[in-house]
Amino acid sequence: MIRKGLLGRKIGMTRLFDEKGEVVPVTVIEAGPCYVTQIKTVERDGYNAIQIGFGHAKRLNKPERGHLKDLPPLKHLREIRTDDVDQYQVGQVLDVSIFTPGTLVDVTGTSKGRGFAGAVKRHGFGGGPKTHGQSDRHRAVGSIGSGTTPGRVFKGLRAPGHMGNRRVTVLNLEVVRVDPERNLLLVRGAVPGPRNGLLLIRDAVKGSARKKSE
Amino acid sequence: MADILRLFDPEPNPNIPEIRPGDTVRVHARIIEGEKERIQVFQGVVMRLRKSGANASFTVRRIAAHGIGVERTFPLHSPRIEKIEILRRAKVRRAQLYFLRKYRGKAARLKEDRSLYERKKQEQQ
Repeated sequence: MIRKGLLGRKIGMTRLFDEKGEVVPVTVIEAGPCYVTQIKTVERDGYNAIQIGFGHAKRLNKPERGHLKDLPPLKHLREIRTDDVDQYQVGQVLDVSIFTPGTLVDVTGTSKGRGFAGAVKRHGFGGGPKTHGQSDRHRAVGSIGSGTTPGRVFKGLRAPGHMGNRRVTVLNLEVVRVDPERNLLLVRGAVPGPRNGLLLIRDAVKGSARKKSE
Repeated sequence: MADILRLFDPEPNPNIPEIRPGDTVRVHARIIEGEKERIQVFQGVVMRLRKSGANASFTVRRIAAHGIGVERTFPLHSPRIEKIEILRRAKVRRAQLYFLRKYRGKAARLKEDRSLYERKKQEQQ
C-alpha cells in the first residue's frame, strides 16, 4: 500500500462556482509544509511508515528536541503507513503540490465535542409525543428491551452518552484546488472538527470513483 | 483566518449594480435547457438580501399569472446572472420584506424612493 499525506489545519468553508455556474461547497485547509521526521521500516519497526511533522511548537521537552535534532520545532507528529519509504528521507519537506485537483483524498480529524448528549441528538431518535398529556417524555430514549426474558439490556444498545471529540475520517473528498504558494488545499464538502483543528489528509484508500493521483 | 477565506470571494460582477430590498429589478439569468442556453428575465421586487461574502444571495418576488406569488432566490455571485437592472427603488423600513406575502394587489405596493429616479435623470442630462 502506497499512500502519501500531509498534516493541516482547517480554515473554514466557503463556496465556489464551477465552469457550469454551479455552486461547489469547499473546505479550505492550510496544509503543510510538513517535514519527514522519521522513517519506519519492517526490518526495524515491524511495519513501514513515515512520520511527518507540522506546525510551530512554542516549547519542546528534551526527548522531543532530540527527536527533532536537525529539524524546526514541530508541533504535531503523525505517522502515515506507506510501503514506499525508500522514497523519503528524514528532513524532506512535503507540501500541497503532492495533491492534484480532481483526485480524491481522505481527511481525518477530531470531531467537535458535544459533551454528554441525549439519544435524540446522538442517535437521531424520534423522542416521545409532544402532546396528548405527555410529560418528561419528549426526548426520552423509549423502550430499552423486553421484560423478564431476557431479563437484561443487550450490550451495544444505543443510549445517551458522550458524543463527538473522537477521530473521524471522511473518505473520498475531491480536491478542488491546490495553492502551493499559500499552502492551501480546497476540498469538496465538509471535514471533521472545528476551525483551526488539526487534520490529516491522505490520498483515498478506496472508492469506486477513485481517481489515480499518479 | 477569516482573511484566508476572503481570498476565495468572487469578483463583483460589473453588470450587477448595488441592489437594496424594495428595489424592483429585472434579473437576466442564463438558463441551460438540455443543450441550449438562453436568457430568462425575472422581474420583481427584491424581498430579501443576504450579504455574506461568497454566499450572498437575494430573493425576488413577482406576481405571476392568476395572482400567484413567485419567489426566486439567486446566488448574488452566480456566473449565471447575466445582468441586473434596477427599474424602481422603494422606500422601505425593514431589511426583509416578508410582509409582502400577506398583501395582494394594491395593498402590496411600496412607496417609491425618488432619489434613484432623480439620479438617473441627472445622469441622462
